[in-house]
Amino acid sequence: MNGISGQDFIFGCSAIGAGLAMIAGIGPGVGQGIAAGHGASAVGRNPGAQSQITSTMLLGQAVAETTGLYGLVVAIILMFVKPFGA
Amino acid sequence: MGMLISNEPDFMIHGVLKYQMFGQDFWITTTTIGMWIVTVLILVIAVLANRTLKKATDVPGTFQNALEYAYTMLEKMGETILGGNTRRFINYIGTIFLFILFCNLSGLLGLRAPTADYGVTFLLGMFTFFIVNYQGIKNHGVGHFTSLFQPTPVLFPINLIGELANPLSISLRLFANLLSGVIIMGLWYGMLPIFVNIGIPAALHAYCDLFSGCIQTYVFCMLTMVYVNDKL
Repeated sequence: MNGISGQDFIFGCSAIGAGLAMIAGIGPGVGQGIAAGHGASAVGRNPGAQSQITSTMLLGQAVAETTGLYGLVVAIILMFVKPFGA
Repeated sequence: MGMLISNEPDFMIHGVLKYQMFGQDFWITTTTIGMWIVTVLILVIAVLANRTLKKATDVPGTFQNALEYAYTMLEKMGETILGGNTRRFINYIGTIFLFILFCNLSGLLGLRAPTADYGVTFLLGMFTFFIVNYQGIKNHGVGHFTSLFQPTPVLFPINLIGELANPLSISLRLFANLLSGVIIMGLWYGMLPIFVNIGIPAALHAYCDLFSGCIQTYVFCMLTMVYVNDKL
């Protein structure tokens, strides 16, 4: 631990926190996969409505993505804005 | 950034020009310049479109056909949500649709997308917030506020947070999507040796700028219309 100042330690911990924050990416991945799977089965049952199903699926997926993006915003704030330690 | 890599990738907002107003320091940033360029582009297209549509022909030419197709698409998009009220809101929806779309696609011109700056998207979210609340007060009067106490007064804090979170969530969604695209492109161009910068970034641009940008534009306008439709 010699030669590591408190400032460096805070930055290192911020980087670890940013990595942990990106675990939030799991949720949207699972959710979007489920939405895409159900979209595919819906197209299989009713191929005529494909365009409508696709647009509904994409809208739902984009909304479901939000929680993952919150994690991304937290990670970016930790990395670049550096709220801890002057 | 310098501590991460020596070959510094460039995806931050930069200040270009500093000026003083009311005793405060203000910056003209890359976002501002990107927005100027996008605005000029939209204005040029609007003037050309106006000139074309003034001399509209029965059998449309290429440009007129594209304009008519774009407007029909926009109107159809509005009618799926707003129904008969589409005409009242299509001006605003069309304006933000064009602005966000051109901002998102400006990454293709080598600009840093203006919508990857939270100052821009937060303002767009606030526009939505004010329109939604104006429509709520106009159409429901006091009911707009008493609806926060429905179905039981105990739920008031949750309803209030739900109302206030709307502009935050739609602005953060647009911002974070574009920012992730900008960061991926910046890292790719900044970190890797020159020979992978030929050809391969085209695929990344297609996903990060074209696909993601168009989807997020659609989602932003769609959600704005959904929120407005709730208050009609």
